Amino acid sequence: MADVAIVSAGQSVFTRSCGESIRELAFEAFKEALEGLDITTGDIDASIICSAPEYDKQRSPAGLISEYLELTPKPSFYVETVCSSSSTGLRVAWSLVKSGLHKMVAVIGFQKMSELSSRDAAERMGRGADIIWESPFGLTMPAGYAMYAQAHMDKYGTTEEHLAKVRVKNSHYGATNPKATYRKELSLEDILNSEVITSPLKKFDCCANADGSSCIIVARGDVAKGITDKPIWIVGLGAATDTMTMAGRELLTGLKCAQEAARQAYKMARLKPQDIDVAEVHDCFTVSEILAYEDLGFAKPGEGVGLIEDKETYADGTIPVNVDGGLLSKGHPIGATGGSQIRTIVRQLRGEATEAQVKGAEIGLVHNIGGIGQYGNVTILRR
Amino acid sequence: MGFENFGTVSFTAEAKVADFITYLEQGKVMATRCPKCGVSYFPPKADCPSCLSGEVEWFEVKGKGKLATYTIVNYGPSGFEDDAPYILALGEFEGGIQILARLSKDIAPNDIKAGMSLVVSSVKRPDGRIAYEFKKG
Repeated sequence: MADVAIVSAGQSVFTRSCGESIRELAFEAFKEALEGLDITTGDIDASIICSAPEYDKQRSPAGLISEYLELTPKPSFYVETVCSSSSTGLRVAWSLVKSGLHKMVAVIGFQKMSELSSRDAAERMGRGADIIWESPFGLTMPAGYAMYAQAHMDKYGTTEEHLAKVRVKNSHYGATNPKATYRKELSLEDILNSEVITSPLKKFDCCANADGSSCIIVARGDVAKGITDKPIWIVGLGAATDTMTMAGRELLTGLKCAQEAARQAYKMARLKPQDIDVAEVHDCFTVSEILAYEDLGFAKPGEGVGLIEDKETYADGTIPVNVDGGLLSKGHPIGATGGSQIRTIVRQLRGEATEAQVKGAEIGLVHNIGGIGQYGNVTILRR
Repeated sequence: MGFENFGTVSFTAEAKVADFITYLEQGKVMATRCPKCGVSYFPPKADCPSCLSGEVEWFEVKGKGKLATYTIVNYGPSGFEDDAPYILALGEFEGGIQILARLSKDIAPNDIKAGMSLVVSSVKRPDGRIAYEFKKG
């Protein structure tokens, strides 16, 4: 069967408030993805629209966005795994192309979170937990990850300063990313002195709600080669789930869904963690990046903090991670985030990254998590 | 009666496991067990997907558990603003049962330690709503 490649990847500027409609927001990423390519909307055989519902009022956004981007009458449908929706979209696109059903598929992620107040957005995210048994206690996404952080601290001696160092790194790179919501370098003191949101996580340990969109164009290998000199091959895909409830979690110092997704992706790609040249991981909170180091095998369980202490995840380290600023700098427009991570790795592997280019990067990894570790997605790309 | 008065904000009322609330009103926190497979469920389930039985039985979560992890939530989402700060915790109990609930306000934040002994019990709020919470065990 044919190989499957990414021919292009685009994203909008991520911002606290975009001041436009979701269809116009989606267009921005679509425009960046298609610009410079010798294809038209008619060449796209299907579109997969990815977001988390209830942030804006539009029901069934796939039809709306398909019409606005002039992809109608081609098939279009909606895919959702909360914060990892567009990685799931990529997985579905790969299957559609690999199966022979379509030659070219667009994966479009979007979220306009600014339609809601911060507290209302937190309530929506809280309902991304079990609404009978756990949401009524006031469980939120930050609170769930905070419980993982506390467990990691209690078991391994991880400190608030270790967590803050992740933000120091990511703010350093985010400062140079023109697509990022936050483009300001933060000091260790700025982070450690920020208010506690949900212990032990402080304001600057948390990513921000944002508006944004992303678009990935996926094609059959021979078609991709006809469109671009630099196809980026999808060589590893992993996806797994963990329980919706926190009560069902067997592990509190790592995300089992990420560990399993990583195992699958490495196996499919016939690669090991040491083979990865550059990674984008789901740093919705600082602790999430530490957990990712360990869940992806970049460090042993409990030893993830060593990577940030030794600056090994900086652009010139042994395993550069989130050198575009990560979710912590870019902001986290839920449905668009996975596509933005993929776009960064595509640019890295093409040697076209403007924030910080990892020299000679050939193999890249995307780790994108939905909810409080409910949905794990790991994708490995190769130039 | 269903889940309409459960927790600070309830988002749905009807469930086959609504007897949980009847037991909770009597001061009991219950789990379910499939008599055929012997698997225990918390949160309680009305159905057993392993053997497809709908004949689960109720049993009370008793005894001392221990604190697995926790967080002090200072920023409450809409509907929970007046509760903050509140402490969410995971407690581990006998038979592999793990429960998410709030820590009782009787426990001072400085006294919270991983592994501390807990019991789970029903709590009636002044506004008539009902939940369960962890107390020192």
